[in-house]
Amino acid sequence: MKGKVWKFGDDVDTDIIIPGRYLVLRDEKELAACVMEGCDPEFSKKVKKGDIIVAGKNFGCGSSREHAPIAIKGAGISAVVAESFARIFYRNSINIGLPLIEVKEISQHISEGDIVDINIDEGILKDLKTNEEFEIKPLPDFMLGIMEEGGLINFLKNHLEEIKDE
Amino acid sequence: MAMTMAEKILAKASGNKESEAGEIIMANIDVAMTHDLTGPLSVESFEKIGLKQVWDPEKIVIVFDHQVPADSIDAANNHMIMRKFVKEQGINNFYDVREGVCHQVLPEKGHVVPGEVVVGTDSHTCTHGALGAFATGIGSTDMAMVFATGKLWFKVPETIKFEITGKLQENVFAKDVVLDIIGKIGADGATYKACEFGGETTRNMSISDRMVLCNMAIEMGGKTGLVEPDQKTINYLKGRSTKPYEIMKTDSDAKSLETMFVDVNELEPQIACPHNVDNVKPVSEVEGTHIDQVFLGSCTNGRLSDLRTAARIMKGKEVSKNIRMLVIPASREVYTKAMDEGLLRTFVDSGALVCNPCCGPCLGGHIGLVGPGEVSLSTSNRNFKGRQGSPDAEVYLSSAAVAAASAITGKITDPR
Repeated sequence: MKGKVWKFGDDVDTDIIIPGRYLVLRDEKELAACVMEGCDPEFSKKVKKGDIIVAGKNFGCGSSREHAPIAIKGAGISAVVAESFARIFYRNSINIGLPLIEVKEISQHISEGDIVDINIDEGILKDLKTNEEFEIKPLPDFMLGIMEEGGLINFLKNHLEEIKDE
Repeated sequence: MAMTMAEKILAKASGNKESEAGEIIMANIDVAMTHDLTGPLSVESFEKIGLKQVWDPEKIVIVFDHQVPADSIDAANNHMIMRKFVKEQGINNFYDVREGVCHQVLPEKGHVVPGEVVVGTDSHTCTHGALGAFATGIGSTDMAMVFATGKLWFKVPETIKFEITGKLQENVFAKDVVLDIIGKIGADGATYKACEFGGETTRNMSISDRMVLCNMAIEMGGKTGLVEPDQKTINYLKGRSTKPYEIMKTDSDAKSLETMFVDVNELEPQIACPHNVDNVKPVSEVEGTHIDQVFLGSCTNGRLSDLRTAARIMKGKEVSKNIRMLVIPASREVYTKAMDEGLLRTFVDSGALVCNPCCGPCLGGHIGLVGPGEVSLSTSNRNFKGRQGSPDAEVYLSSAAVAAASAITGKITDPR
């Protein structure tokens, strides 16, 4: 994955990602049109397919609304890189196949507009502007399995009987 | 092996003798709750799996509370999707627009008992840990997995135990205690952890107050809130639930246990200031702050004890002409009891609006939204930018007592 960076701060909450008044919507494109409206009403117009969000700690804190990762994915964001993620957002993103990349202190080293290259297999994130490389915290195997099969729904389709028997 | 309460509950739920923090387990789910706002996505995800029948309709509880009555065609449509699902799946535990907020309705109707694993597509599902259940918020796709299999995977959490001691001053409440804790450890201070509340102060608290503590566990990143069940828990369950239950307690020598001591003797009312729940200040530092709206309600502080406290402070007085106040009882049971006790009369006489049981302005998607530049003082649990309407509005969080005293003066006021 290679993309242009949009920077956000610490504690980006789910109300910033997708405000409560839009939760009546379910369509990915409709949700994407309001993404990040809480802090930048123009964001959905500026963002391009393949772009990458880079943020500080506790990204996605707050609500369990799956609308949040759906809106981000729907806007064409290919991955969210942060120093840490709130847990429900983390599960929801993996479940719908939105890659989340955890990198220590990444906020201090990447600037808005930089192009970053993410290689999940090698566990490396590279800033192509500064040529700096950063180590990605690996996903637990179980979650990696869900990601690799394209999200939890596909995973369930493939493993339903095993899970039921477990 | 010495274990925490969270480890013991998850061990039992996964059919193991033991479980240890860090381990990934597959747990059998006892209660799966969804509501009108996140329910339709859960149903949609379930349908994508391609199954016709849910694993066990008796273990599913559906509550309409976020947009009741429907305030838009989209909301009405969401309600229709859920009513159809309820009918198709034969779900008996269904509470349509009349019953109230899910986190009040579930315990009231006896759906939660100690030792269970409860999941809900709402982050404040952690509230139910007040009865000694492992209760946590999940997303819609996770719920689809539960609908399909009755199981969900969890990473067994470490536990942070708050040993709360001391006597609360008059007009200082559980909300002040938990805001104080969040202010100290931060919005991600307990991320992935089980937040267990103990100590003599917790033991002296009512079930309602314990629900306030557990409700706010998510605001410090917690996976669940927990309180060790005792006689009060058992008394609460009487007449509500006939389900068998098991009381589990944290062993003091459990390996994954970290303890934080909290003394509340000197605690004054606490306020979470815009725009983060961990931006907590004592009321003395924000007294006099201008407000435009007061909201008394929500799954945090819309219970009978909150309404009693507020009515005591407001009786015979008038809500400031410069502001409006919304009172939203958390459930029909709370509403009717408040009616019988004359509390609603006090609120209406004072000029407050009393609305039907629902989430109200808490999520900024239904009634009572605030406009650009306006300030809301709210007894709910989140003050994120844009949470109650305009992104240019501000939200302060407080106890019911601060909300009531402030409604009278029209500015943030110490109720003591």
